[in-house]
Amino acid sequence: MRYSGFRVFAQGLRGNRGWRPAWRKPAPKAAYDVVIIGGGHGLATAWYLAKNHGITNVAVLEKGYLGSGNIGRNTTIVRANYFLNGNSEFYSHSLKLWEGLERELNYNVMHSQRGLINLFHSDGQRDAFARRGNAMLAQGDDAVLLDREDVRRMLPYLDFEQPRFPIFGGLYHPRGGTARHDAVAWGYARGADQRGVDLIENCEVTGIDVENGRVTGVQTTRGAIRASKVAMVAAGRSGQVAAMAGMRLPIESHVLQAFVTEGLKPVIDHVISFGMGHFYISQSDKGGLVFGGDLDFYASYAARGNLPMVEHVMEAGMTLMPMIGRAKVLRSWGGIMDMSPDGSPIIDRTHIEGLFLNCGWNYGGFKAVPASGWALAHLIATEQPHETATRFRLDRFATGHLLDEEGTGSQHNLH
Amino acid sequence: MRISCPCCGTRDRREFTYYGAADYLSRPAPDAAASAWDDYLHLRDNPAGETRDLWYHDPCGSWLVVTRDTVSHAVLGAEGLT
Repeated sequence: MRYSGFRVFAQGLRGNRGWRPAWRKPAPKAAYDVVIIGGGHGLATAWYLAKNHGITNVAVLEKGYLGSGNIGRNTTIVRANYFLNGNSEFYSHSLKLWEGLERELNYNVMHSQRGLINLFHSDGQRDAFARRGNAMLAQGDDAVLLDREDVRRMLPYLDFEQPRFPIFGGLYHPRGGTARHDAVAWGYARGADQRGVDLIENCEVTGIDVENGRVTGVQTTRGAIRASKVAMVAAGRSGQVAAMAGMRLPIESHVLQAFVTEGLKPVIDHVISFGMGHFYISQSDKGGLVFGGDLDFYASYAARGNLPMVEHVMEAGMTLMPMIGRAKVLRSWGGIMDMSPDGSPIIDRTHIEGLFLNCGWNYGGFKAVPASGWALAHLIATEQPHETATRFRLDRFATGHLLDEEGTGSQHNLH
Repeated sequence: MRISCPCCGTRDRREFTYYGAADYLSRPAPDAAASAWDDYLHLRDNPAGETRDLWYHDPCGSWLVVTRDTVSHAVLGAEGLT
């Protein structure tokens, strides 16, 4: 069923009784060409396998229902403001895909390019941000260096005179913004399903079959499934999935908390990032202020955090914009982050033939979804890395070709 | 989350700083193979369940090996490093 404004209107006249489920609920077949473990980035991977490479005999295995994992645990920010070669071209590609995504999927993912502003608070930081902005421009993306008065015109409600971190200016990325997180998953799921991909929900993988160095299929809670190509796309649980194939990954899982307030009238028009205070905020289309901070900093799979970081995030928010102090927090949650030792992801083959790995998304998996699926689909179909993702190698930690965007060194929780 | 420091007793999580998995205790010899250093610096078992990791107790300066559950956040024990 194609979605359109006319269909919404016509259905409205008929009591909305004509809508159909957006995807099938097929039982798993005995064999597929490609099995994808994980219904997050895996949905995008399946879509691009079908659309770009014509490979549709594909199953996406999701252990819960679609959207039950980290899909529903992010803060929905889309941006392409990376500095290093290797990251820069990848996120640039991703943002371009975002810009055509709704038309491509015939699905409203509520992509809103409201602009992102990263604040800086010293001369040294201004130099670093100017350099980052130049790198973004060199990559073909957009960046504007704002001085203090520019920021004051755009964000008059910030506390510019705070003694610890007075605001010197900001790096403005106008094409940055937000999107509706679960709509992205639903859009990819519907698109992949329409092209023949089987989305198998409530199907947890319990084993990966390997014979003579070659993957032959997976064992699941819904039976064995044979496949000559298997992709592990289970960020948040990458370590457990890879362990089934006898692999030990350069990943430590951490909890990152986020918060949303009650709905308010429009008050924050952009995405604002206050890096020195570990705080960032945007306002959802429903009106809630969506904000978050830094990791709790200890390894965790709990999908919820502890109060000290809650307190820290609230303090940082109050420091930056005292006006939000009377908004009531509705919910908080924690996402499980695959933290890699250099803060960058992994999209690569493994030592087992036919077994592919996509993991290590740190805090940045949401904006990467289109390019991640695109690059992994390319890798699965052609056995060659896509040109935008050549440096996300699994062996880069052993060879020293790190992509340490923040320059904080080989400690998993510092990125 | 509260952690028992062998020196100071049970204290609030705010007093402790996490460093990383207890893998950091098995440092390879300086001339060990690159793969041993890769293993030590980067690769982790990353268990969902019981794990051992290194914490620093800021007030007393003790390094602790804490046994924890990464799913429930229960702290099962802590021993000091000597």
